Amino acid sequence: MDRLDMLEAESIYILREAYKSFGKLGMLWSVGKDSTVMLWLAKKAFFGHCPFPFIHIDTTYKIPEMIRFRDKIAKEYNLDLIVYTNWDAINNGMGPEKGRLVCCKALKTDALQHVIDKYKFEGLIVGVRRDEEGSRSKERIFSERNKESEWNYTNQPPELWDQFKTDFPKGNHIRVHPILNWTELDIWQYIKRENIPVVDLYFAKNGKRYRSLGCAQCTGQVDSNASTVDEIIEELKHTNINERAGRAQDREDAYAMQKLRKDGYM
Amino acid sequence: MVESKEIFKIVVVGHVDHGKSTVIGRLLYDTKSLPEGAIEKVKRISKETGKPFEYAYLLDAFEEEQKQGITIDTTQIQFHTKKRDYVIIDAPGHVEFLKNMISGAANAEAALLVIDANEGVREQSKRHGYILSLLGIKKVYVLVNKMDLIDYSEEKFLDVKSDMDIFLKSINVFPQKYIPVSAFHGENIALSSEKMPWYKGDTVLDALDIFEKDKEITDKPLRLPIQDVYKFDNRRIIAGRIESGVLNVGDEIVIYPSKRTSKIKSIEYWQEKDKTTKAEAGMSVGITLFDEFFYKRGEFITRKDDEAPLVGDTFKANIFWMSENRLIVNKRYKLKLVTQETECEIAAINKVIDASTLFSNDDAKEVNTNEVAEVVIKTKDKICFDEFRNNHVTGRFVIVDGYDISGGGIINGLEILDAANKFIKGNVELPITCFDEYYYLIPSNEIKKVAVERKSYKIGDRLPINGDTYYYPDNFDVVDLNNELSALIRDGRLVDLINLNEYEYKGYPVYSSDGFLANVKNQDDFINFKNDFKKSKYGLVDFANKWYDPMANKRIVYKAV
Repeated sequence: MDRLDMLEAESIYILREAYKSFGKLGMLWSVGKDSTVMLWLAKKAFFGHCPFPFIHIDTTYKIPEMIRFRDKIAKEYNLDLIVYTNWDAINNGMGPEKGRLVCCKALKTDALQHVIDKYKFEGLIVGVRRDEEGSRSKERIFSERNKESEWNYTNQPPELWDQFKTDFPKGNHIRVHPILNWTELDIWQYIKRENIPVVDLYFAKNGKRYRSLGCAQCTGQVDSNASTVDEIIEELKHTNINERAGRAQDREDAYAMQKLRKDGYM
Repeated sequence: MVESKEIFKIVVVGHVDHGKSTVIGRLLYDTKSLPEGAIEKVKRISKETGKPFEYAYLLDAFEEEQKQGITIDTTQIQFHTKKRDYVIIDAPGHVEFLKNMISGAANAEAALLVIDANEGVREQSKRHGYILSLLGIKKVYVLVNKMDLIDYSEEKFLDVKSDMDIFLKSINVFPQKYIPVSAFHGENIALSSEKMPWYKGDTVLDALDIFEKDKEITDKPLRLPIQDVYKFDNRRIIAGRIESGVLNVGDEIVIYPSKRTSKIKSIEYWQEKDKTTKAEAGMSVGITLFDEFFYKRGEFITRKDDEAPLVGDTFKANIFWMSENRLIVNKRYKLKLVTQETECEIAAINKVIDASTLFSNDDAKEVNTNEVAEVVIKTKDKICFDEFRNNHVTGRFVIVDGYDISGGGIINGLEILDAANKFIKGNVELPITCFDEYYYLIPSNEIKKVAVERKSYKIGDRLPINGDTYYYPDNFDVVDLNNELSALIRDGRLVDLINLNEYEYKGYPVYSSDGFLANVKNQDDFINFKNDFKKSKYGLVDFANKWYDPMANKRIVYKAV
């Protein structure tokens, strides 16, 4: 088995453990490359079926192509899709001009909390990867959140030998991270190997492309001429620019992601 | 085709401040594996915290870790050589974060054990060495770090090497290399050190490529623990990961523990390109069988021609305990072994070992945080497993206490537990439970029969005739109708153990070997008692209710778990 075979087998094992362990399970689907790969892995794990709902937290600020791609794929795959927007916050004027971290908290973290409370999710599958940023690098595969979705990151329980945390008090939930050990390059090599459809925004137009996708106002493009999957793979082998360099919220504070994630951010 | 290399996972362990994270940081720096801005970010943090530049900040991502200059939790970071891709697992060195060190190390195939040349072998150097041996990690290099602090002296390097070698040998760890390095200055990390011309061996980077990956996992017997059974469409698919061995469509299989047999009909797939008729260890598969009986999560699918797994409910294990709550006997825990899950309790603690001093305590009644112990575990249901030395994945388990994984263990073998205490005369043995206590446990609110100690009593031995919850007269007889043995107790001592057909009722009260008083007042009663038992072999409840008074010499006492 080569590297991609091993990563794929591990992710499928994790997805199946999550499906077996939690009565109420959902997968967060941001429409980005990582969670789209995860959607593909779920189809593989369950032999063409998706036996749980997919959740898209729509901030209303997403790049329009993302929403079009989301609706197209959801229809093609016949997904049980939950789209949720924190309209209360939007109607009260929430937006990035109020402060990026404040906006992320209201339109992503709080929105997600509403969905968890409404559907009583015990398990949420999230497509974060260790190599994205520091606080994610320290994650467990099954990572507990309390009723307020807070992460007690300084005292995480042991996790070994693929025995995951499946016991927790009622009201808490587990964030399941099936692709935690993948790198950005793995994601693209797997997209190539499996021929997985991804949103066009990743491919360069006029010398620029998105490496990481988020809200339109807070997501910058990188200089690139990579307009195919092969070219992206080649580019990533030689770049030493951080993947999330275009994500403005990460730079608000030295520990911005740690703080956001402590409060329940993905 | 996508070029995709093999992955090799290495954990870096050792005592606090001996430079684990620095070794990793320097490896990444020297192999140009760091993203742009990473070093600048670390320099900025050093400036903000007023601390000298530390490569460790590259891995210690949490604010708390950077401000306090310690590693709290484990992380993984990747880099590659021409030969293969490496996952480097950073593990904390503080004893209070040992659970995080174990969480990291448990994933590794090999280890670098870092020792400060100036400080020498310390408590966590040894404890981590011990943990590696328990986890079955045999591929180990010792890095003697901070050689700059001892003027790159060969003599001092050899001293540290000799100290560590003595300890590691005693726990069956045999490092393949000792490498003198200065991680901070990059000596012998990626480049050979000019400061240590006396060292002719490999640099750390070159040495990594010399580690050989275990290949034999596909040569072992097939172990496919059932993870789940799906019926999304007309297929009834058994899903699971092959932990060892190989399987082919058409193979005859046996499912344990039920021992039912069938044949593999298909290996299922979603994408046409994944269609196959064979699969091997490491793959997450879905199969269908020719016979559709009830199969459930936890059962092992094996090949008929392959060696069978062990099946049992009692086994010997070495465990490490990571919880703040101590591990005790006769308390209920959850045991997870691959996809099996069952209740268990610790039947006996044979030995508790301090992993850093190797001091061992044979009389311990509990296992405390970060201690290692040899125990006997009894599970509620029979489970399938292998001895750890034969198959790592199916020979290890975790123990869940409350909500958290609290301990991990490796199985040394099936144990035929002595049923209880025994009376012994020559080679005749009578198992007894008549000296067990009856406790009402709080807070679990259940009555439990508990063997307080495990002992064998020989002729002439004084017996514990008065316990917490029972009392016997000074003179009585124990009659075991099932084993056809009788024991004579006079003046509180065992005086004889004889065959039932030699036994005569002499007026002393008669108890069963479980300690129940029999309603026998004379020789005629005794004969009826014996005959009734023979007739009632399949109706023992009626027999027991008719002949025994279970509470005659007993009471129930509350006890906290």
